Amino acid sequence: MKQGIFEIVENLPLTENVYKMTLRGDTSAITAPGQFVNIKLDGLYLRRPISVCDLQGDFLTIIYKVVGKGTAQLSEMRTGTLDLLTGLGNGYDLAKSGASPVLLGGGVGVPPMYLLCKTLLAQGKSVQVILGFNTKNEVFFEQEFKDLGANVTVTTVDGTYGLKGFVTDALAGCDYSYFYTCGPEPMLKAVYRASRTSGQLSFEKRMGCGFGACMGCSCKTVTGYKRICKEGPVLQKEEILWES
Amino acid sequence: MGELSVNLCGIQLDNPIIPASGTFGYGYEYAELFDINCLGTFSFKGTTKDPRFGNPTPRIAECTAGMINAVGLQNPGVEQVIQTELPKLKACFQKPVMANVSGFSVEDYAYTCRMLDAQEQVGWLEVNISCPNVHGGGMSFGTDPKAAAEVTKAVKSVTTKPVIMKLTPNVTDIVTIAKACADAGADGISLINTMLGMRIDLRTKKPVIANKMGGFSGPAIFPVALRMVYQVAQAVDVPIIGMGGVSSAEDVLEMMLAGATAVEVGAANLVDPLICPKIIEDLPNVMKKYNIQSLQEIIGGAK
Repeated sequence: MKQGIFEIVENLPLTENVYKMTLRGDTSAITAPGQFVNIKLDGLYLRRPISVCDLQGDFLTIIYKVVGKGTAQLSEMRTGTLDLLTGLGNGYDLAKSGASPVLLGGGVGVPPMYLLCKTLLAQGKSVQVILGFNTKNEVFFEQEFKDLGANVTVTTVDGTYGLKGFVTDALAGCDYSYFYTCGPEPMLKAVYRASRTSGQLSFEKRMGCGFGACMGCSCKTVTGYKRICKEGPVLQKEEILWES
Repeated sequence: MGELSVNLCGIQLDNPIIPASGTFGYGYEYAELFDINCLGTFSFKGTTKDPRFGNPTPRIAECTAGMINAVGLQNPGVEQVIQTELPKLKACFQKPVMANVSGFSVEDYAYTCRMLDAQEQVGWLEVNISCPNVHGGGMSFGTDPKAAAEVTKAVKSVTTKPVIMKLTPNVTDIVTIAKACADAGADGISLINTMLGMRIDLRTKKPVIANKMGGFSGPAIFPVALRMVYQVAQAVDVPIIGMGGVSSAEDVLEMMLAGATAVEVGAANLVDPLICPKIIEDLPNVMKKYNIQSLQEIIGGAK
């Protein structure tokens, strides 16, 4: 973990309420795809945790959806600096991917799949990507994944774009060695049930500090109590205990 | 250069800054970021006799100038703390640490305190009779002067180290409870724990926190905490640790002028993990600005 001041390079809308922000600063604490940063915003007490989408030298990309006061405030920033805690969370373990992993991202669960996809492709893996959205005008980053060289399928719940249905409908027709996923909890649960291999799932929980001090985001797992911000957000399929 | 050191119940602190229990784990998370030996000491995560998972999530809610938590004393239990956490801490913290203890019966408190009292690393016992987030324990001891005195006596009878009773602000008259603890032999009083609060999510129309209510902390409660420290300082002769919304060197000076010998910093650590070293660095300059030569000399100076 590191604390650092990042300069806002760019902050552009990708859809009606999803934004992509590029920041410049000391990214050296970020060691794995699937980690997150925790952002301090003026006038708001707690930091906002947002997953890392991409990393290129000093440049860090995050993608976030405007869901409340903090993200609305973030979306209005064009220039200036932000105070970030970086290198938070465990991130995905790439060593287990096998030769042909599948990556499933749903909504704002899509961004962390990007750096993961890029890193796996660089390791010579054959990567299949399934991106799930509710409807056509919410779709983002399809082309960016294609540009990396991944095999991409998009699903929309209402069928207005790509395959009609959920990410699990696209998964049914795939051959894969392992899976990685991030998205809303009902989607994670569906992927957990539908998957035919082992895999890793990234969870979201309301956090206090984001670095393991406050125990605000604890969960029970097969391997004991874990803090989503510290021993997570990525959990192995085999260790998950669903709360409901 | 002003003098920062203070004497807390017979142990000299390099400075009065103490990260508060529940915001600093068992120390080593923060040791990744800075040398935690710069602190006066710190109060480790509230420890109970048996391991506890705590409350269901969500456990956290944001507020204007503060936050609510309902963690519910998640901790690995005293045995595990002694076997695993304290040895890990030893590698990064060489000063005496403050052991924070909670319980669900007088016997629980006595058991856990006796175990921790025997640990060489432990300098003080901070006995939490004020946790608002657990049923049938914690705060129920801190809202009744008789029960508070009973816990104090039980802990004092099985320990040799200074016993500091940590009080809740969720009472009609905190002075009565503080006096009861001091009369029962407490070596110090720390206050305040969090104030009971809640938030409601307008989208779901339900409480944000799974436990419905939780402890409110952060800068918003500072004036209330300061007032209570002042009131208790007028009424008891034992040292006081002041806390509640402290976020700057200026806040520390106010707390000390109100009567605190040392000052705990809580919620602020969660937002800015470097806040304590920053306050310690700022203190000499702020002291100079207000013409203060020694912190020990200003304790209780605001009459």
